[in-house]
Amino acid sequence: MITHVDVRSGAYADSVTLLQVSRQAQQLPGVLAAQVAMATPLNLDVLAGMGLPVERDVSPNDLVIAFRLESADGVADTLAGIDALLAQASRRPDAGAGSGELAPPRTTAAALRRTPDAIALVSVPGDLAVLEAMDAVEAGRDVMVFSDNMPLEQEVALKRLAAERGSLVMGPDCGTAVVGGLGLGFANVVEPGPVGIVAASGTGTQQLLALLDHAGVGVASALGVGGRDLSAGVGGLSTREALRRLDGERAVELIVLLSKPPAPEVAAAITSYADTLATPVATALLGPGAPDLTAAAEEVLARLGVPVPDWPVHGLAHPAPSGRWLRGLFVGGTLCDEAMLIATEALGPVRSNIPLSPDQALPAGLTADAHTFVDFGDDTLTVGRAHPMIDPTLRLDHLARAAADRTTAVILLDVVLGHGADADPAATLAPALADVPQPVVVTLVGTAGDPQDLHRQARALAHAGAEVHLSNAGATRRALELLEARR
Amino acid sequence: MTTVVTSGIDLLATAVEDQAVPVGRVDWRPPMPGTAADLATVATDPLRSEANRRALEAFLGVTARLVDVAPAAEVLGLERGQFLHAGPPITWDRASGPLRGGLMAAAAFEGLVDDPEDAPALFESGSFTLDPCHHHHAVGPMAGVVSPSMWMFVLEDAASGRRTFCSLNEGLGKVLRYGAYDDTVLTRLRWMRDVLGPTLQRAARATAGETDVTGILTQMLQMGDEAHNRNRAGTLMLLRDLSPALATSGVDAADLAEVFRFVGGNDHFFLNLAMPACKLALDAARDIPGSTMVVAMARNGTDFGIQVSGTGDEWFTGPAQVPEGLFLGDYGPDDANPDIGDSAITETAGIGGFAMATAPAIVRLVGGSVPDALAATRRMHEITLGENPRWSIPVLEFQGVPTGIDVTRVCRTGILPQINTGMAGKVAGTGQVGAGLVTPPAEVFPAALARLAELARGRGDHL
Repeated sequence: MITHVDVRSGAYADSVTLLQVSRQAQQLPGVLAAQVAMATPLNLDVLAGMGLPVERDVSPNDLVIAFRLESADGVADTLAGIDALLAQASRRPDAGAGSGELAPPRTTAAALRRTPDAIALVSVPGDLAVLEAMDAVEAGRDVMVFSDNMPLEQEVALKRLAAERGSLVMGPDCGTAVVGGLGLGFANVVEPGPVGIVAASGTGTQQLLALLDHAGVGVASALGVGGRDLSAGVGGLSTREALRRLDGERAVELIVLLSKPPAPEVAAAITSYADTLATPVATALLGPGAPDLTAAAEEVLARLGVPVPDWPVHGLAHPAPSGRWLRGLFVGGTLCDEAMLIATEALGPVRSNIPLSPDQALPAGLTADAHTFVDFGDDTLTVGRAHPMIDPTLRLDHLARAAADRTTAVILLDVVLGHGADADPAATLAPALADVPQPVVVTLVGTAGDPQDLHRQARALAHAGAEVHLSNAGATRRALELLEARR
Repeated sequence: MTTVVTSGIDLLATAVEDQAVPVGRVDWRPPMPGTAADLATVATDPLRSEANRRALEAFLGVTARLVDVAPAAEVLGLERGQFLHAGPPITWDRASGPLRGGLMAAAAFEGLVDDPEDAPALFESGSFTLDPCHHHHAVGPMAGVVSPSMWMFVLEDAASGRRTFCSLNEGLGKVLRYGAYDDTVLTRLRWMRDVLGPTLQRAARATAGETDVTGILTQMLQMGDEAHNRNRAGTLMLLRDLSPALATSGVDAADLAEVFRFVGGNDHFFLNLAMPACKLALDAARDIPGSTMVVAMARNGTDFGIQVSGTGDEWFTGPAQVPEGLFLGDYGPDDANPDIGDSAITETAGIGGFAMATAPAIVRLVGGSVPDALAATRRMHEITLGENPRWSIPVLEFQGVPTGIDVTRVCRTGILPQINTGMAGKVAGTGQVGAGLVTPPAEVFPAALARLAELARGRGDHL
């Protein structure tokens, strides 16, 4: 048997709270007797009577923690247990306390005090996003930063602190995440399953989710890390934490790392980290010479032993009699990138507002006498305007222009479904397609569970004359085929 | 159960709710104009988070005990012709009516002039020196004037041995701290010098540090005092703690009765202990590089100044505002001087206006309602680093008072600290004209933030 008496100055709690804590402390494992009380003369008498005398000078404003245990090795655990009870007792439900309206929180820090277990989702303007994200990291919480335009040095500072605190920073410019089944940002509805995704790209992730869903493979989590995470500047801080999280998820049998080509030293560090994990990691790189997203999905299916299905196509487009140029009008940056990479192999350099090389940049009007690819979701086109997955106006305007341009031979579009996206994209796109004389190929990225109803969207677009693919690579190759057939 | 806290695009919050997951929406608004870049710099200062944690911890670790009562000449080394005042530094030519009135009273009290009306010429000619209380580990309510013969409470933090000082409270009405200087004021000051001070000294020395001012604050906050505009319970507890020593002090019974009558009849007597207790705790949080915690808010009747842990002794000042509230007798807003006094040290420490929810009895005095009071305390949690577990508010489920004003959160939310205050007449000699609520001038916070950002950039350990 052992007795232990702790005196803490300045740790006041009211007597009713301490009565509750004392009672609960007596229930802790190995505790024979326990008393937590302010050191008033009365309480000191009680403690002495319990055989737990306080043998030093104390004032009524000191807190006494006294207990008797079966054995000495329980002291630390018992103290920790009592600390937890004290913390719990002082934690108040915020809502409804007192009277009067509880005003909404004004910062993420304040909101997290009310719901300490929450994930933070930040989509405030990019120059201010670091403030909200820092609040989450300092509170030890995970955060998804949807905002773009966060300066690199802020991203580094944020992720360094997150690494210290064990928080996961998804982003910045993270459009899509699935955290334990919960979709954040633009996310598709997926069945739970054996795949965990770590991704530097939002629409790339969505394409992968859609293809795996069609093949009947579910996804446990898809954690975004932001497009710069594997650069030398950031050093893969979020990628490493995301890999660690997925390795800890029981359901995950295979981790897919979807990334732009990393800085070589970062790639080496991540690879050696991945080798320490219990879960195998498949890397799918985006970029010239790398397999496209559809090939990556097929590789994942192969590793899981799942047969590769035929990627679905609805409708049939016919070659145009005239025109010269392929016009890609995209809302998804990675989808646009992928289409350009495939098209460039067949056509040589193509012009874009997110060009593969700087000399191929499009002028501000976003048109050129060439094959053109526009990403309407690019940072510069979303300043002061909603993302094109939400607001189709800008792209519809450019679709009408491309259709009216006699040099347009084929139009390639993407439509992205899921939480957060336009509730019925076909409702505006299908009528617009009816007036387009050129062949139109659409990549329709979505899963069977998406709220927009994937099949209804596909039918509506096909009915309007488009040829609708689930695979963006498939759609792009089909567009190239139609371009070739015109010649 | 997962929950999500969202800031920014509402559609993304709705998308989460559509998945049957509860969402806490941040009522996000842009920060104070011109602060975005500095906010980002300070937010990513690698020192900030730990510095603020240390500052708050240091603040919470202080226990203030009454160890002595003694003349300012002895404990502060003040000499004839030296005067302390409330707020940031100021010169006579910029001093407001109540500060001038207080200085005139003090000059007469010290025998430097026979008639207070003769004092201005000497202050103008530079014969006397002025210095802020805060520069001498002291605080003073309203005009905050301290002269060598005034008796001071001496508070000490046993752990560090640090001390703070504050004069004795004169009561309400025509008093020096509100800028009055007539004969009644001077007569009272002399009695305080000759009877009250020495008597309290005997009691303080006899009790030798047993009077735990921090502990009394804990209890009075649960008894309806917010320790700025209401100190009734605190005053009575002080009397309770000192009365055995007073009774056996050997002081003449008639004088002793007068001391009891004076202290018991002055509901604000404890304010002059609450203030130095707050300063003692806040001083522990000073000078921590990277910390964005406010360690002093003080007004001299002309300027409102703040000091911040990470920026040393620098004052960030702006024009003091005129409080809004209720007026005594025939007085009105035109009679009120701009905000004055070091007593905003209580709000800086998380009580006073920050603990308004615990003092429903005085919400009307400052022109509010009970729900306003609850909302005010909750609002202050938006701009503070943490809570004080020792100082809690029953009606808010014993939530600790909002503690450690964070310059970055003030700039982010635009929410200004709420201060409960008395109002002095703007003409010297008037005295108190009312009580009410006031805030600092908004610009002091972006100014402090800019300096914090400059220091962070200059440290070089910043990216």
